[in-house]
Amino acid sequence: MAPEPLIQIADVKKTYRMGDVDVNALAGVSLEVVEGELVAIMGASGSGKSTLLNILGCLDRPSEGRYWLGGEEVSQLDAEALAETRNKRLGFVFQSFNLLARTTAVENVELPLVYAGVAPRLRRQRAIEALERVGLGDRLRHLPSQLSGGQQQRVAIARALVNEPRLILADEPTGNLDSRASVEMISLLQRLGDEGITVVLVTHEPDIAAYARRVIVVRDGLVDDDRRIEARRAS
Amino acid sequence: MRLGDTLVVASRAILRHKLRSFLTALGIIIGVAAVIAMVAIGEGAKARVAEAFESMGTNVLIVSSGSKTSSGAKAGSGSLPTLTWDDLGAVRSEVSDVRFVAPRVHASGQIVSEDRNWLTLITGTTPEMFEIRNWPAKLGAILTQEDVDGGAKNVVLGQTVAQNLFGASADPIGQTVRIQNVPFQVVGVAAAKGQSSGGNDYDDVVFIPVSTFLAKIQGSLQKYIPGTILIEVTNDDLTVEVAGRVAALLRDRHGIAPGREDDFSIKNLTETAARKEESTAALTLLLASIAAVSLVVGGIGIMNIMLVSVTERTREIGVRMAVGAKPRHILLQFLTEALVMALAGGLTGVALGFEAARRLAMKFGWPLLIRPEVIAIAVGFSALVGIVFGLYPAHKASRLDPILALRYE
Repeated sequence: MAPEPLIQIADVKKTYRMGDVDVNALAGVSLEVVEGELVAIMGASGSGKSTLLNILGCLDRPSEGRYWLGGEEVSQLDAEALAETRNKRLGFVFQSFNLLARTTAVENVELPLVYAGVAPRLRRQRAIEALERVGLGDRLRHLPSQLSGGQQQRVAIARALVNEPRLILADEPTGNLDSRASVEMISLLQRLGDEGITVVLVTHEPDIAAYARRVIVVRDGLVDDDRRIEARRAS
Repeated sequence: MRLGDTLVVASRAILRHKLRSFLTALGIIIGVAAVIAMVAIGEGAKARVAEAFESMGTNVLIVSSGSKTSSGAKAGSGSLPTLTWDDLGAVRSEVSDVRFVAPRVHASGQIVSEDRNWLTLITGTTPEMFEIRNWPAKLGAILTQEDVDGGAKNVVLGQTVAQNLFGASADPIGQTVRIQNVPFQVVGVAAAKGQSSGGNDYDDVVFIPVSTFLAKIQGSLQKYIPGTILIEVTNDDLTVEVAGRVAALLRDRHGIAPGREDDFSIKNLTETAARKEESTAALTLLLASIAAVSLVVGGIGIMNIMLVSVTERTREIGVRMAVGAKPRHILLQFLTEALVMALAGGLTGVALGFEAARRLAMKFGWPLLIRPEVIAIAVGFSALVGIVFGLYPAHKASRLDPILALRYE
């Protein structure tokens, strides 16, 4: 029996209005992602891959089509409910890390728990656990400016993990990292996949995509190619 | 999200730009300090006026001789004596609800002790005046009816005169002083009365029996009173009514036909006090509204900086939204920041205004009057300013699109 799809989208379209012209960022995308999959979305800039990731991440709503996350439809939720979904069920990792400056690693990781209303003591404990999970148990009080790029991105992953989501979305997570840190990063994401967490990442680097189990290529707002590959292992 | 977390985030944002936050709050600080100081000054002045009238007695009427009207121009009251000693007696015996009636005649004159002299106001009066003015002796005794009946050469010195003639600590009772070369024996020193609201020293005065005054100091027009009549009414509420009765009696005695002007004037201190208080209240209101305007200007400063802050932190807002901050969380965060800044400014302003009021009160010898409700209103108003002017920037922040906010450079 095939595992229950965590992500299911059906004929999703997204149209932006740029001045007088309507731009079809997504022209009708349907796909399913099962739990524990590591999926790489590739495509040229302007292909619609970022728009797809934003919709999957509940940062944006599709103009048309439907989206079920863990069997629950989220395509018509309002801003408040989308925020709740992002908080409880998703984790984000960005190319530019997007950590709060002048805020320690552990406080950055606590941020989703702050909005979830978790009590300070418990919040601190869970943030420390998340940082230990990404190998930064000795950097709790460091500021982002005192950490290397790879370490900052690991803090961001800890932040994405702290609410124990089933889905992590990563937008060019290795884009600002050197090759050694990139490999460390992708192996960390692979390990999360092994633990049953679904990871969807956007990348334009074939070297990185090669670590995924499935590569989806987006072109002109449509899925151009969707295939499973033998994932390269980092270690 | 917990309230404590919101406060921590707001305080950190404020402390991150200390100078900027201080300058932003400065408008509120100045506004509130001005409100507190102005209201305290107004209240102090009002209390000073009230106190001055209190020392005169609020249930006191002062009747003076009428103004002389010649070709429409009025000379000041008292320029032509019209009140007679018989008038005084008539008021005493015929008008009800009158407790005391006393004449008061004045002349300026030199008073000489053994080795010093002093120019002061020589007042001829009767013992009732001390009752009316509520003015006891500090040393010795006040004048007696026997002094008046017998034309005794006894004098009661005002505090200032006693000090200038005999020194601050000396006991001048029994000493002899000369007023216009007439020797007088000091029988008492009046208690200190302080200054009038106009800055006149009430204590720069000496009192002698009115009979002696007329015989030795200023003896002319014996039928008329060359001064004023003081009347104390039994009850504050009756002051105006008794003034009417006195006026009717005097018009009758002076044979003034209906429709003609009075040849005397009656001053009602209660009315004068109320008028003075009204004008200081108006001044207080004016100063307070100027201060309120500066609070609003301070609020505009807060709004300006909050808009800058929202723009600067667009990316941070995006991150917070991405990890699950709801629009209302963002709204609350920026609103709290504006509120904390305005409240901190308000409290600093209260402290500064209090200090300013204290120093001014000390300098002018006013009582320091700061009512707690004024502080509450000032702090409450600054909080209101923070909320009102923080609302728009906070609303703007809460409506940001997380995708655009995350991409903002």
